[in-house]
Amino acid sequence: MANHLRSKLDKNEWEMTIVDQEKTHYYQPGFLFLPFDIYKPSQVKKSIKKFIPKGVNLIRSKIDRIDADNNKVTLEGGDVLDYDLLIIATGAHIAPQEIEGMLGSGWHKDVFDFYTYKGSKALRDKLREWEGGKLVVHIAEMPIKCPVAPLEFAFLSDSYFKHKGMRDKVDITYVTPMSGAFTKPKASNALQYLLDEKGINIVGDFNIEKVDNEAKKIVDYGGKEVEYDLLVTVPTNMGSEVIERSGLGDDLNFIPTNKGSLQSKAHENIFVIGDASNLPASKAGSVAHFEAEILEENILRYIKGEPLKEKFDGHANCFIETGNGKALLIDFNYTHEPVEGTFPLPGVGPLRLLQESRMNHMGKLAFRWIYWNMLLKGISIPFVSATMSEAGKHFEEVES
Amino acid sequence: MLKQIANIEINVNDEGYLTDFSQWNKDVAMEIAKEEGVELTDEHWKVIDYIQEQYRNEVPLSIRKVGKSGVVSIKDFYRLFPDGPLKKATKIAGVPKPVSCI
Repeated sequence: MANHLRSKLDKNEWEMTIVDQEKTHYYQPGFLFLPFDIYKPSQVKKSIKKFIPKGVNLIRSKIDRIDADNNKVTLEGGDVLDYDLLIIATGAHIAPQEIEGMLGSGWHKDVFDFYTYKGSKALRDKLREWEGGKLVVHIAEMPIKCPVAPLEFAFLSDSYFKHKGMRDKVDITYVTPMSGAFTKPKASNALQYLLDEKGINIVGDFNIEKVDNEAKKIVDYGGKEVEYDLLVTVPTNMGSEVIERSGLGDDLNFIPTNKGSLQSKAHENIFVIGDASNLPASKAGSVAHFEAEILEENILRYIKGEPLKEKFDGHANCFIETGNGKALLIDFNYTHEPVEGTFPLPGVGPLRLLQESRMNHMGKLAFRWIYWNMLLKGISIPFVSATMSEAGKHFEEVES
Repeated sequence: MLKQIANIEINVNDEGYLTDFSQWNKDVAMEIAKEEGVELTDEHWKVIDYIQEQYRNEVPLSIRKVGKSGVVSIKDFYRLFPDGPLKKATKIAGVPKPVSCI
């Protein structure tokens, strides 16, 4: 947003400051590849400083609280920043402490997350030496960041162990609180074969109550149990604690936000981008990117005193790794489920939607470059619009 | 597709979930509940109200969220709607079951 807005706002009228507690910016999608030695640690992190545009101050500090009624941000050290307009991009984080026993004796020994740099790297070391057994890939509850990542993890595990010549020693089970691995009709029909082909067992409707570290099993509220030798879990995801301290969030610390305009519901001079909001969109990087274009327009309108446009449609665009050098691509929004078709050029592609291909996999790997060199700098991707295009897609009917 | 529920034609999907929330009423709920083997009591209605309120506010539902709502404990939620509480309760409440992006 800083890159979007700095050139649009008069430097004499608008001073811009970014407050970030981190020195390092992580390419979070890379955490999926790190455990399988596909990416090296150096490929997923860079210094934040590199990405701050000229004319924007960077303060490296934690935030104690946001006083939204008085337009003030108090930093951890006690310094206070006044603002006329605030953009919140505090993201979502795993909260393993929400599940009984998850942070017990097995944490990062035989129970791992892969949503943090630390967890992902620890899991890489574990996988390098693991001799096989029951691998359980698990989602605690929705919403989570990148909802397809656990499924990708299961697919990549299948490939990884095949390449290591030990697939027969590993039993892969995917455990989800949803009704199954796929919940949308089109995706279920098109993709069920992947689970069969890769021999991945599915346990659905599993609402975890606790992790039993001694007996190495997870237990759900209905009494179902799944045993593991290695548990790879996506714990409950929550918004930042600063949102809770500031009284701005819901029970998962996500900020109630207008889903079309991206303005906070409680404060008109606060806008929210990315995973920090409670939008019914996917918590995915592509969503934040598309939001940025619409947010830029709305912030400029807000400053001029013009009415905001409720234009954001929940557009998301995600590559899904399926293993063996192939990937799927999905493109969807609030009202349209992912369907088959071509992307981004209707009828041409070169990428195919909801179908496995090597080209999609290359697209996913190329995306890391696009992220570091284009997205963080606020440059749009050619032919990909912020709102979803229906052209080139095989919709049977427009859903309501 | 259309299904005859409580003497009216209701739009439902393949799994029997309403696709148009405005067609829901208490008679519809009672008939779906019967098909699911659930007899609705005051306790059930409180949960249904809560679920519908979350749906109107576009808040994603999870079992743990229902448990933390103060409306019903998770154990009681399972007792009221056995086997798949969220799947059953959303169906009876006339709202879509929780889904992911694919």
